[in-house]
Amino acid sequence: MATRHIISIGDFNRSEIDRLLDHARQIDSKKYDRNALNGKILAALFFEPSTRTRMSFESAIARLGGTSLSVGSVDACSMAKGETLADTIRVVSGYADAIVIRHPKEGAARLAAEFATVPVINAGDGAGQHPSQTLLDLYTIRQSMPIDKIDVALIGDLRYGRTAHSLASALSLYNARLHTLSPTGLELPDTLVNELTSKGMEIVNHDSIEEMIGTIDVLYVTRMQRERFPDSASYFNVASSYRITPELLSGAKEHLIVLHPLPRVDEIDPRVDESPHARYFEQSKNGVPVRMAMLMDVMQ
Amino acid sequence: MTHTGTADENERLLIRRIRNGTVIDHIDGGEALNVVKILGITGTTQEALSIATNVPSRDMGRKDIVKLTNRELSKEEVDRIALISPHATINIIRNFKVCEKKGVEIPNLIQGLVRCPNPGCISNTNEPIQSKFRVLPTGLHCHYCDWVITKDLTSYII
Ligand SMILES: [Zn+2]
Repeated sequence: MATRHIISIGDFNRSEIDRLLDHARQIDSKKYDRNALNGKILAALFFEPSTRTRMSFESAIARLGGTSLSVGSVDACSMAKGETLADTIRVVSGYADAIVIRHPKEGAARLAAEFATVPVINAGDGAGQHPSQTLLDLYTIRQSMPIDKIDVALIGDLRYGRTAHSLASALSLYNARLHTLSPTGLELPDTLVNELTSKGMEIVNHDSIEEMIGTIDVLYVTRMQRERFPDSASYFNVASSYRITPELLSGAKEHLIVLHPLPRVDEIDPRVDESPHARYFEQSKNGVPVRMAMLMDVMQ
Repeated sequence: MTHTGTADENERLLIRRIRNGTVIDHIDGGEALNVVKILGITGTTQEALSIATNVPSRDMGRKDIVKLTNRELSKEEVDRIALISPHATINIIRNFKVCEKKGVEIPNLIQGLVRCPNPGCISNTNEPIQSKFRVLPTGLHCHYCDWVITKDLTSYII
């Protein structure tokens, strides 16, 4: 049997996604074998720091009875000594039963899968893919509503925000309608817009949150990085007009949910945390059952 | 013999017949140098090479022709030409005779020919891999980072 890898959400069809999400729900309701991955070892190769994603994978393997190995820090790893990723992967394949990788270069996980003899899971490669994030985003949406034909707003930096790109691609499988709001220069890339519309997805661009708040089911807020703006004045200008507040949400549908891949900076007013619309902490917690389902999928 | 200046005769005047080798005909006007580039023919190549550009053509208005002596192009080389000139025809010449005539087919995958324009792509590092692009109606898609090349393909040829 060919080794299974999880590299990009684009490699999944809708029924494969649904099957994984169903499995995650089963795990979430505590119906799973706690020794499913007993004796299995997961290698966490994080070539750039992402403490939460790494902890979430480590928690997932531990809950299934397996253990994890991780690289101490980027400085300590052999990549800093000039070894190729291909060599690192070939070596680590001998130490572990699966590899989860995060790397600053786009396409690194796909390369890793070519050289690995064990399954590879992509935990983010540069501005590229981060499929476990997309799966947990979809999982969180599905906890509140069926995903079919919903109206989803993506706001913030949609040019460099990879979580927004992968989510948009996955939502095209569910005939969702997309609403976007982003500062000038940080719009969704044209190639992605063309790809989505060719799949029949409707994309509506907006000038303000107020304009769309009454029509949407999901408000997906992404981080805006200050370094993307020419000066801090223009950053603060945009940041304040994009900030999600309880006042803004008063015009929302009752079942609207607010998601954010976290960590947030100024994008969401802390007062929103108390609102029934806020689901971003739930979303982050969902990372564990979703990653457990992913590990079982490739390691069993 | 009267000179009526037909397209065929102009062509004959421009380039001499070759004994053995490959004639690439019906190249889109102005693309001959890119065809040569795609075939990896450089100043150090041994084969005699002749190029005619903007030759009047009944079907195409104007076309380019490349003649390459003593070299028969492989299927993979030929198909790369389709990326920039899908109407090109390939004539394999042996002892002044056309022994084989074929069109070009756009390949599904091209490896090691084009550099990924994305500076953050893993294929632009010292990893032991060749670049790899899937050829789709929307453009050339990098197998590693999903970057799409939609235009100026020839400027990315390695
Ligand atoms: Zn690339």
